[in-house]
Amino acid sequence: MILTLALVMLAALVLYAVLAGADFGGGAWDLFAAGPRAKAQRELVSHALAPVWEANHVWLILIVVILFTAFPPAFAALMTALHAPLMLMLAGIVMRGSAFVFRQYGKSGNEMWGRVFAVASTVTPVFLGMALGAMSTGGAWHGVFPLCVGLFSLSLFAMVAAVFLTVEAPERALQDDFRLRALGAAIVSAALAAVTAFVAPRPFVPLPAAASSVVLGAALLGALWLRRYGAARPLAVALVTLVVIGWGYGQYPYLLVPNVTLHAVAAPEPTLRLLLPTLGLGALVLFPSLFWLMRVFKTVGR
Amino acid sequence: MTEPLFARGQMAYSLAFHIVFAAVGIAMPLMMVLAEVMWLRTKDDGWLTLAKRWMKGTAVFFAVGAVSGTVLSFELGLLFPSFMEKAGAVIGMPFSLEGFAFFTEAIFLGLYFYGWKQLKPWVHVACGVVVAASGALSALFVTLVNAWMNTPCCMEPIDPLGAMVTPFAFHEVVHGTLAAYMATAFAVAAIHAWQLLEKPGDPFHLKALTIALVVAVPTALVQPLAGHHAGQVVAVHQPMKLAALEGHVKTGPRAPIHLGPVDIPGGLSFLAFNDFDAVVKGLEEIPQADWPHPIVRLSWLAMVALGTLAAAWAALTALLVWRNNRQLPRDRRWLWATVLLGPAGYIALEAGWVVTEVGRQPWVIYGVLRTHDAVTPVTGLWAPFAGFAVIYAGLAGVVAKVLYDQVKAT
Ligand code: HDD
Ligand code: HEM
Ligand code: HEM
Repeated sequence: MILTLALVMLAALVLYAVLAGADFGGGAWDLFAAGPRAKAQRELVSHALAPVWEANHVWLILIVVILFTAFPPAFAALMTALHAPLMLMLAGIVMRGSAFVFRQYGKSGNEMWGRVFAVASTVTPVFLGMALGAMSTGGAWHGVFPLCVGLFSLSLFAMVAAVFLTVEAPERALQDDFRLRALGAAIVSAALAAVTAFVAPRPFVPLPAAASSVVLGAALLGALWLRRYGAARPLAVALVTLVVIGWGYGQYPYLLVPNVTLHAVAAPEPTLRLLLPTLGLGALVLFPSLFWLMRVFKTVGR
Repeated sequence: MTEPLFARGQMAYSLAFHIVFAAVGIAMPLMMVLAEVMWLRTKDDGWLTLAKRWMKGTAVFFAVGAVSGTVLSFELGLLFPSFMEKAGAVIGMPFSLEGFAFFTEAIFLGLYFYGWKQLKPWVHVACGVVVAASGALSALFVTLVNAWMNTPCCMEPIDPLGAMVTPFAFHEVVHGTLAAYMATAFAVAAIHAWQLLEKPGDPFHLKALTIALVVAVPTALVQPLAGHHAGQVVAVHQPMKLAALEGHVKTGPRAPIHLGPVDIPGGLSFLAFNDFDAVVKGLEEIPQADWPHPIVRLSWLAMVALGTLAAAWAALTALLVWRNNRQLPRDRRWLWATVLLGPAGYIALEAGWVVTEVGRQPWVIYGVLRTHDAVTPVTGLWAPFAGFAVIYAGLAGVVAKVLYDQVKAT
């Protein structure tokens, strides 16, 4: 039961990294919008985010809720050890969401809110990554390793966002802009992954995972090169999934290295026994609705 | 200030900030759906315009509500880790259910806001109904958590389902949800009444005012009754909170109630226990250091005064509409009263929460865990306190400006 709940949290983290990650990455591409089509790039990002970003960010809340319900002492320990990066991440989350709607619905200052949205979208994933990285270093969050995880998260999110945007772009030129960006971000991500693995405090990523991520990464680069966007999208999703699962595997059985393990901090049986079916029932409502939302607003296939 | 004060202060203003957006998120979907249904039934495009205008304003509130709520769910642990360590397993249930309510709300919100073209009209209305219902559900679940903090139970042995139905649950959910509808409807009514003062007879604002009144009048009439019931439950389970509300020091029978200069002997005993001779406990029962802060009594007086005033206005409005053959009153004095009462609902709502939360002190889990013992050991809490205070103050200003511009554009 404990392991199942941990896996549910990991799955939610995968979904957060893919869906909300793409939203953050989109904001980063707003910041780095350039060239003759800079305005069109920003509009595409905004159009892609608007209907879904609030739903996408609920995955984070779900993770937090499961964490404090199923592993209350771990929640307390994490919130104490990671106090600073999490506060910074929250400030980023608040500014990102607020600036996005102010730009969309306000009458004045839209330029400035666009900037705020873009900057907040870019720094927030770094703090998120630093917090995740610090879970492996006993809470020390300003070392080289957490910083690498933070930058890696940003580049990974930017990569997914660019791949998704190639599929959603209404015209060839814009598609090509994001193709180049996706290629660039994929290469930067690979480099950062190598550095991160090198500075990791202990052998982290299991060899099979590392090997398959190399294969997936190569396939992704190939698909982008050949403009096979329909194939690139699932490959990018698979790559992020693999990275998050690899992180979870490396972290197991610790929530906070070196002394908070999953089993030591689980909530009493009755709570766990109730939580699982609740999550199951919730999923029955959640997934069909989410699927419908994506069907209505997202380009399927192509 | 000391570290615990920074933590409590940050928690307090985060909640006070969030609750405004949450209340808008609970009540506005209902009013938008009402407007849209009127459009589908009458084919009068004015109703559609109204639904869309309201939607634009509400979108901003939704987003800020969602991000400030996210901050709260972390802050519970960032500021009060030992509270969550003790409470997490017990009250995680309503929080998890709330999580799914948020999901449903956010998903259908996306469909409702952006699906005007893609969805069939009645499917679109149905999405709005789901948003309205899941907004109310999230409030219900999170309020159950607060009820448990006030009347904790079910910890040994642990019983997460039992913890959802504590003695405070019923009145907090009823009185608190009514407050969200009432406060929002009062504010909306005031905005459109103000516009009607400038543009008398404007059909758009008349439509908006009609729907606002449909929500504002009944909730304002019922709210004092719900509040009275809340007071009676408080009298039984948190006698010291009641004593703080009334500034009642000496334990004894036939406790009086003070109405300005007049004392009604036995009045408090009667209101609290339906019996003029009942014994009401006074603050002398606990050490003076544990007496709740005087702001509890001030907030209490503000809530009751505004609630009474609002109920009187609602009764008058109902009378005027009835005498006027179901037409809205056009009297400028009535419009002015409506404008002036606009903030009353929100002030009462904030005041009511101060009563509940500060009145619970020095406990975070009543009688179980002291707030002081729950504060995080992290130091330097002035920094996040100041940082978020600046952010929230700025956001409040911008939201007000965006809303003002939107109203002016109508
Ligand atoms: C529109 C807002 C509003 C209005 C007009 C009133 N209240 Fe209220 N009150 C609230 C909004 C509110 C609230 C913010 O929603 C609270 C905080 C917690 C809760 O359950 O409701 C609350 C709490 C609250 C409590 C404390 C309950 C507790 O500690 O659990 C009492 C005793 C009352 N109220 C009583 C009244 C009375 C006698 C009113 C008569 C006019 C009244 N309220 C009007
Ligand atoms: C400790 C207290 C609270 C916590 C931890 C909390 C948490 C949250 C979170 C995480 C969200 C964001 C969900 C999303 O993405 O849409 C949210 C939004 C919301 N909260 Fe709270 N909340 C608290 C208090 C309250 C209270 C007191 C109410 C109402 C009585 C409330 C009602 C809502 C509603 C209706 C939303 C939906 C978003 C919106 O309408 O803008 N919350 N809350
Ligand atoms: C329904 C969900 C709510 C929950 C779970 C909740 C929880 C908490 C917690 C954990 C604290 C900190 C510990 C303490 O000081 O006792 C607190 C304090 C406080 N809350 Fe709430 N709260 C809720 C709703 C609200 C709302 C809507 C307001 C709006 C004004 C509010 C106002 C305050 C204030 C003023 C304090 C500081 C009290 C003090 O330290 O003197 N609460 N609440």
